[in-house]
Amino acid sequence: MLELTDICKAFEKNTVNEKVALDQVSLSLNSGEFVTLVGSNGAGKSTLLNAIAGVYLPDCGRIMLDGREITHLSEHQRATWIGRVFQNPLTGTAPQMTVEENLVMAWKRGQRRRLRKAIRSQERSFFSEQLATLGLGLEDRLTTKVGLLSGGQRQALTLLMATLRKPQLLLLDEHIASLDPRTADIVMDLTCRIVNEQQLTAIMVTHNLEQALDAGTRTVMMHEGRIVLDIQGPERKRMNVMDLMNLFEKNSGANLNSDRVLLAARA
Amino acid sequence: MLYVLAGTLEQGLLFALMVLGVYLTFRVLDYADLTVDGSFTMGGAIAAVIIFSGGNPWLATLAAICGGLLAGTITGLLHTVFKITPLLSGILTMTGLYSVNLRILGRANVPLLRADTVITRFNSWLPTDSIYGASLLGLIIVVLAVVALYLFLKTEVGLVLQATGDNEQMIRAQGVNTNHMKLLGLALSNGMVACSGALVAQNQQFADAGMGIGMIVAGLASVIIGEAIFGKRTLLQHIIAVVCGSVVYRAVLALVLRLGLAPTDFKLLTALIVVVALASPQVKGWLGKGKNNRKGETLDA
Repeated sequence: MLELTDICKAFEKNTVNEKVALDQVSLSLNSGEFVTLVGSNGAGKSTLLNAIAGVYLPDCGRIMLDGREITHLSEHQRATWIGRVFQNPLTGTAPQMTVEENLVMAWKRGQRRRLRKAIRSQERSFFSEQLATLGLGLEDRLTTKVGLLSGGQRQALTLLMATLRKPQLLLLDEHIASLDPRTADIVMDLTCRIVNEQQLTAIMVTHNLEQALDAGTRTVMMHEGRIVLDIQGPERKRMNVMDLMNLFEKNSGANLNSDRVLLAARA
Repeated sequence: MLYVLAGTLEQGLLFALMVLGVYLTFRVLDYADLTVDGSFTMGGAIAAVIIFSGGNPWLATLAAICGGLLAGTITGLLHTVFKITPLLSGILTMTGLYSVNLRILGRANVPLLRADTVITRFNSWLPTDSIYGASLLGLIIVVLAVVALYLFLKTEVGLVLQATGDNEQMIRAQGVNTNHMKLLGLALSNGMVACSGALVAQNQQFADAGMGIGMIVAGLASVIIGEAIFGKRTLLQHIIAVVCGSVVYRAVLALVLRLGLAPTDFKLLTALIVVVALASPQVKGWLGKGKNNRKGETLDA
């Protein structure tokens, strides 16, 4: 499904501040795989996701999605096949526009946008049906401006928008990290349910090691721009957070020195 | 007095198209487009030259709109292709257009006295001679523009244009080439501005190279006044509000003229109106903090 070959990315190249964010990363995902991506701060997790999404082009390497080379396509062209949810709940929605307007724009992702009335009654009932599945009462707030919703509601809406038209790949960039614990649980449950129901291929970046093992079908760990750990199947099932940390230390020769990771592991 | 009223109304309505253009870039697209000063003059110049040489005034107005579309496109290309900042891209086009407009006019000023304009033609269709002829024509055109703009912004393309101004990152993730949307918005905006310039030139019966100076600030003032008085809760309300803002703005100018202010001081007055409007949230913040500190702060947060 997704095939990354030797992806490199350096920032501020050829300056004293050069920072290698991705160092020949190769990763291959089968259809229906749900990868949780973990690693210390600055490991390159978000950079990898952004390189897949086309926010920036890789310095070298090749990205194939469903047999199609997308290495040189721009962000908006890749959006035809890729749905995304961002860390900041404000990033994924247009605040001055209504819930239904946001949804209709997402519904047209990868489709031709025409000069015809965007929202008619059939769209409205479809959206309200879809919103009801979130269980947040948003189905009664179709004409509310999104800026008036809470962060959790906006993130749930972004998730729905990313999957309303089934994407070939769903990218979740720490999408629950900035929500309060209760809301984070709700959005995480929704995420797992939607991924399961639609049989989506997904990559989720997280700082929470427990979550990384609980959710998804495969866990990939990054360190200093490289993949240092890639587990799945029975091996992953047997593993707990301590095993994961030990394995990480063995493979990377470093401590998981991020406070956030440690805190998350304890919690 | 009646003449003053008629004059205010017709000015307000003929300039309203320009205000709608400023609204489209400044509010919808969130792009401070300074092309307006140049494209307004360009519209006036194109229409005046064609009419002066005996051309059909309707076609002349249409040609002016095309000139505006082109001017907006150039600003858009400077920004999207060459990554020049929005502010500078507009200033560059505006500056360049000053020379272009002088070329179009061929001299500093083209008079249209007793020329065949859209306004004289429209008046000739009316049963009686009326001082409201130009206002009525302006009203018809503005109503058409408001309806067209509203319906357009509610189409699939229109929503995406709004989203480009609201949250560019979001709409790119939904597969939209935001560069195309900016080009479209800037072109449409300056098309409306040029149309306004063409109508104003025909109404005042001349076009000169300086007729667009300060137009962007006048447009901003109208937008801000309209929003403050008539509100912006829904899209339609917002659009109608800025049109009404244009009329109110011209009424304010007429009023201060009556009170004895020299017309040459208008631009200073306009700039002050915009400064007051833009500064008022800050000033309110300072006052609020002085009165009941904590409450005001938490409300802001």
